[in-house]
Amino acid sequence: MNKLFLRVLSAMLVLVLVVPGSLLAQDEMAQMGDDIVEACPAPQNLPDTVTIGALFTLSGGASVFGQVQQLGVELAVEEINAAEYLGQGRVLEVIFEDSASDNTQAINAMVKLVEEDRVTAVLGPTLSREAFSADPVAQDAGTPVMGVSNTATGITDMGEFVFRNSLPESAVIPGTVAQAAEILGINSAAIIYANDDDFTVSGFDVFEQTFADLGIEVVGVETYATGDVDFNTQLTNIISANPDLIAISALAVEAVQIILQAQSLGYEGALMGGNGLNSPAVLEQTGDASEGLIVGAAWNVAADNPLSVAFIDAYEAANDLLPDQFAAQAYTGAWLMATAIRCADSVDGAAVRDALAGITDFDTPLGLFSFDEDRNPVHDPVAQVNRGGAFAVLTAEMMDDEG
Amino acid sequence: MDINVPQQVVNAIGLGSVYSLFALGYALVFSVLGVLNLAHSAVFMWGAFIGLITVTELDQPLWVSLPVAMVVTGVFGIILERIAFAPLRRRGAPRISQLISSIGASIFLVSLAQLVFGSQPQRFPIGLIPTDPIPGLPFRVTPIQVVILVVALLLMALLQFLVMRTRLGQRMRAVAFNQRTASLLGINVSSIYLLTFFMAGALAGAAGVLYGLAFSSITPFIGEPIALKGLTVIVLGGLGNIQGALIGGFVVAGLEVFSIAAGGSNYRDAIVFSLLFLILLVRPQGLIGQRDQSRA
Repeated sequence: MNKLFLRVLSAMLVLVLVVPGSLLAQDEMAQMGDDIVEACPAPQNLPDTVTIGALFTLSGGASVFGQVQQLGVELAVEEINAAEYLGQGRVLEVIFEDSASDNTQAINAMVKLVEEDRVTAVLGPTLSREAFSADPVAQDAGTPVMGVSNTATGITDMGEFVFRNSLPESAVIPGTVAQAAEILGINSAAIIYANDDDFTVSGFDVFEQTFADLGIEVVGVETYATGDVDFNTQLTNIISANPDLIAISALAVEAVQIILQAQSLGYEGALMGGNGLNSPAVLEQTGDASEGLIVGAAWNVAADNPLSVAFIDAYEAANDLLPDQFAAQAYTGAWLMATAIRCADSVDGAAVRDALAGITDFDTPLGLFSFDEDRNPVHDPVAQVNRGGAFAVLTAEMMDDEG
Repeated sequence: MDINVPQQVVNAIGLGSVYSLFALGYALVFSVLGVLNLAHSAVFMWGAFIGLITVTELDQPLWVSLPVAMVVTGVFGIILERIAFAPLRRRGAPRISQLISSIGASIFLVSLAQLVFGSQPQRFPIGLIPTDPIPGLPFRVTPIQVVILVVALLLMALLQFLVMRTRLGQRMRAVAFNQRTASLLGINVSSIYLLTFFMAGALAGAAGVLYGLAFSSITPFIGEPIALKGLTVIVLGGLGNIQGALIGGFVVAGLEVFSIAAGGSNYRDAIVFSLLFLILLVRPQGLIGQRDQSRA
């Protein structure tokens, strides 16, 4: 009787292990989660429905980000359930809540998810400031929470249950500078930044540190005040010093002016921007003046990693539009959370937290993904370059083509 | 640090021509009414927007935007005088009330612009303004920069001629000197006020269009920084002094540019406004200003 029971059980185990694997094998497309199948066998102890929360800004000023994040998560959940990633017959369910770009609303929604719905984990919130308001609720309840778009310094300092998969600027810039320096042969640089804004000042600090680390000589540093429109004087100074690269740590509005005025002052070297310049609007408003502008990003739609290509195809088929970085990070976030639940084989917050923290070199659309000891993401950023009004991935061949 | 002096002089002249033109309208109203019109910067901002929509919405050639904006902002000036200044003056309210009334008008005009145009920066379409520099010069100067300087200087010369060499200017100066005496001499004072506000509004509008062309970033808030710079300019030039405003504009721009060029971009505004403070303290009539009685 006992033996029979064991035999049946092991047969079931084999089935559970093999069936999803064989299903995946039929699919020629790259599939998320393939590389974890062996390390984490299909879970046995999960309830029939595993519920997680997703707290995004679906209305209000920043809803343009929240809406694509929802699309990214929905796509991931669909794939996770189709692949029976959490075990045969088990379903991952997501409760979406709207933080409405409002900190108080974010706290209320987080309380609802954590205390009423008793979700296993939460994705979001969209904005860093919402995260600073709402994440302590999840931290206190011992519910893992993962930001998929929070880039401010100090997000994960809120506690050991707080994660993010969105690269902060301090991680994007060094990788981007290194790639650009290697491909373009940068030996000297100048920096222009607004000295009255936390975001642009921290961008400047990272640029300066990175240039020092890479042995790139800084030949000029100029500042301006947010709201300025005339940068001719600062740029004249910088251009006189003849740098190979001008690094711009600015918000989009001033960045446009800086790029246009650098062109009319006859600057022909390379331009690089922080995350504030990572916007199609900047390219659109600067026209050919920003041709060749390099901006680092966590992800680019032109990335050739197979999982990224598969994600773009599926997303476009489902939503009739191309994904952006926010969609890619949200999609990856949902897969990371599902993977942690699968590997923990539990819906207990602490167990999922430990499994999440243990994720290393997981293959995702963002590249090989790990969490560092502070629960911040580790993966290679993409150096993007403006080619004819759109961001492409900067490659050595691209430079060779131009001779 | 090597300072590229010729290029920085070009930068200073470009900035200075906008400052001067802006400050002229300020100075004009002050000289005739003895009141600072703090809504001047809001009219300037509207001038930039009207210039922009003349080109983008009404599909007019670029040069048309200047006269159109000047006429419309001139009318703005008249409305401003009728609503924000004349009723107070009629009641014999102190000058400080008129100043505060003009602040109110300024807030209203900025809020209205925010409502109509939104707060995202708007630009002249790319390619409309030639960005290629004029060849064969030892510094980079674009055709539009030259146009801005020439237009600014022409308008300044025109104003100077109007005020100093015509009957109309004579009447304006008479009103400036003493309103009561002027009206006893048969001068229609209220029409002189209207005319002054029209001219000041038109100058603000012209400065707005040129600013929009030079820097191509137009928001409802562009008036704020230039209002403070304009104030420095007219204090420097002697309140209500037209040549003073002209020269003051270039001095302030030069100071700003060369304090940045010399490596003080952190202290740029501190230097400019310390100058304002110093002049008010040491030489309140301005560097080239006259005593109050011979104003205008």
